[in-house]
Amino acid sequence: MTPPRRRRRYPKENPPPPPQPAGEDAEAQDGPPPKNPERLYIITGAAVEDGERAPIDLVTLIVASAELPPSATPEQSALLRICQAPLSVAEISAYLNLPFSVVTVLLTELLAAELVQARAPVVRQARADRSLLEAVMHGLQKL
Amino acid sequence: MDFKNSDPVTGPRTEDHLPHTAEAGVKIVIVGGFGVGKTTMVGSVSEIRPLTTEETMTQAGIGVDDNYGSDSKTATTVAMDFGRISITDQLVLYLFGTPGQERFWFLWNGLFEGALGAVVLLDTRRLEVSFDVIGRLEERGVPFVVAVNTFPDAPRYPVEELRSALDLPREIPIVECDVRRRASSRDVLMTLLRFLHSLARAKAPA
Repeated sequence: MTPPRRRRRYPKENPPPPPQPAGEDAEAQDGPPPKNPERLYIITGAAVEDGERAPIDLVTLIVASAELPPSATPEQSALLRICQAPLSVAEISAYLNLPFSVVTVLLTELLAAELVQARAPVVRQARADRSLLEAVMHGLQKL
Repeated sequence: MDFKNSDPVTGPRTEDHLPHTAEAGVKIVIVGGFGVGKTTMVGSVSEIRPLTTEETMTQAGIGVDDNYGSDSKTATTVAMDFGRISITDQLVLYLFGTPGQERFWFLWNGLFEGALGAVVLLDTRRLEVSFDVIGRLEERGVPFVVAVNTFPDAPRYPVEELRSALDLPREIPIVECDVRRRASSRDVLMTLLRFLHSLARAKAPA
């Protein structure tokens, strides 16, 4: 019996054409005004509405660094409460039952207000270095 | 989505708290077709009960045309199961796997970015469901190993026959595993780490 064979996707698919702002305008004129998906979640404050999001990865570790201010929203207080010990953004998303992108916005606000700290940012290099890989191997061997 | 003040948010159990010395998280992504055992693999090696994170995406982002804001788009939620392995008091490894359609994972910004690498989990009864994901990993330059989850009634192929069928170069490891067993899942991860180490060594000789 012979297994099915994979065919490589060559020639490569053409890359998507760059978005054209003019086209977007035309779209807006034709149809209803564009909807911003972020508007689904109005739990985030105005502080970062137009600002940049913090460079937060799924595995960035977050820890609360200040007492809960009286002005905190329920989401902010829940996040601060579960981050008394370091917790990854993925875990925060799971426990709060909020999508990753919403947690990212929440964290951007809390980081700006210095209510939480993000631990050593994840190295975003193309390849992990050998000492890191060796540490992971050593840890796995103990499993 | 309801997020009411009265809803109690269940945080991590005390025994699931990371030590305060924890500094950095690293991640490995487990990919493969539906029902191939990704979540089982995550669960077999995780020190916490596997959790689920999700992301909402719009169909507008899926096609090649970027008709952002058009009425035709619909929101899709992609769920990702994940587990955790504390490596040292400072370093934590996270494993992500998903039961969803693989084309969505590649739209999840940052999932593969910064990942150490990926494990492609295979079921030899449905080899072809992994072809697309292998192609996408290659295009993105994400290093990966292939693990064949040995289901009792699945056909067994010699490794070289699989390699030929998958059109994979000689250096990419292909191993068999039983992801229900912790030791077997761990060995798959070790295979990936050794492979990554060899790539790092080749890139920067000592």
